[in-house]
Amino acid sequence: MNDLTNTSWLNWFRLASPSTFYPVAGRLIPFFWILSIAFGLAGLWVSFFVAPVDAVQGQGYRIIFVHVPASWMSMFLYIVMAAWAGVGLVFNTRLSAMMAQAIAPIGAVMAFLSLWTGAFWGKPMWGAWWVWDARLTSELILFFLYLGFIALQASIDQVRRADKAGAILALVGVVNVPIIYFSVKWWNTLHQGASVSMTKSPSMAHTMLWGMLLMALCFWMYAIAMTLMRVRVIILERESHADWVQNLKEVKG
Amino acid sequence: MWNSVSEFLAMGGYALYVWSSFGLCAIAFCIEVLIVRSQRKTTLRRLRQALLADQYPQESRQ
Repeated sequence: MNDLTNTSWLNWFRLASPSTFYPVAGRLIPFFWILSIAFGLAGLWVSFFVAPVDAVQGQGYRIIFVHVPASWMSMFLYIVMAAWAGVGLVFNTRLSAMMAQAIAPIGAVMAFLSLWTGAFWGKPMWGAWWVWDARLTSELILFFLYLGFIALQASIDQVRRADKAGAILALVGVVNVPIIYFSVKWWNTLHQGASVSMTKSPSMAHTMLWGMLLMALCFWMYAIAMTLMRVRVIILERESHADWVQNLKEVKG
Repeated sequence: MWNSVSEFLAMGGYALYVWSSFGLCAIAFCIEVLIVRSQRKTTLRRLRQALLADQYPQESRQ
């Protein structure tokens, strides 16, 4: 038993090495794509054919099924990115910094989609594409934090210094995530509260919640698949002089 | 819930807002996949060329 735990721990640490992680990531990518597509199809089905029309907002409320998952993922991915960056900063592990670098663009896409779908929801319901509401503004800051992280890393030529500077920016920016999350409680603003589904009738809340959860799982699995795809490119770029990279069959041809 | 395809597409008058939200998400995800795939291709081509240059040092120097 003791032997077994030791071996499994050893395997986990072995995965922290880019040369071991690269093929494992490659095998996991199709698995996450299948999950993402399956959750996406189920989520879209619930979004358009199961969830009933909203009493107040009509069919326009269906934007919620992409808006909420994109917003959740933008915040969640930021925390994951900052955690990887922090691990890389403390333990000086190469792969952690690469993971943070791989997550940043997906997080930026999610934050952008959250703002975009929010604008297209706000226009018909509030009558404005944009208002300087606490939640909207803090989400915009999150988008800029992602862009800042990407730009800062790209602007420093020395990889290890770029990782360190990026990690500090990412960790300082974490303070913004709870601000986004609690903004609807702390400030009396236009954006509706988080408990929107609880004010409707129970059956309504159920199908809506299921639609949002399925779409969130779709976005989540997509984000993992994209992270693994991008981290493999980053590994190839950063480890290009290592023997194991030069012996890969996709490099040897 | 929907009586016809046109009613589904009309989204109760919110067609522009609903379809542009869902459409942009789909487009953004597809573009991201294409970008990463082309990055991978470029990186692999560069690595292959570097490997070839190492294998034939004489020729590459000429």
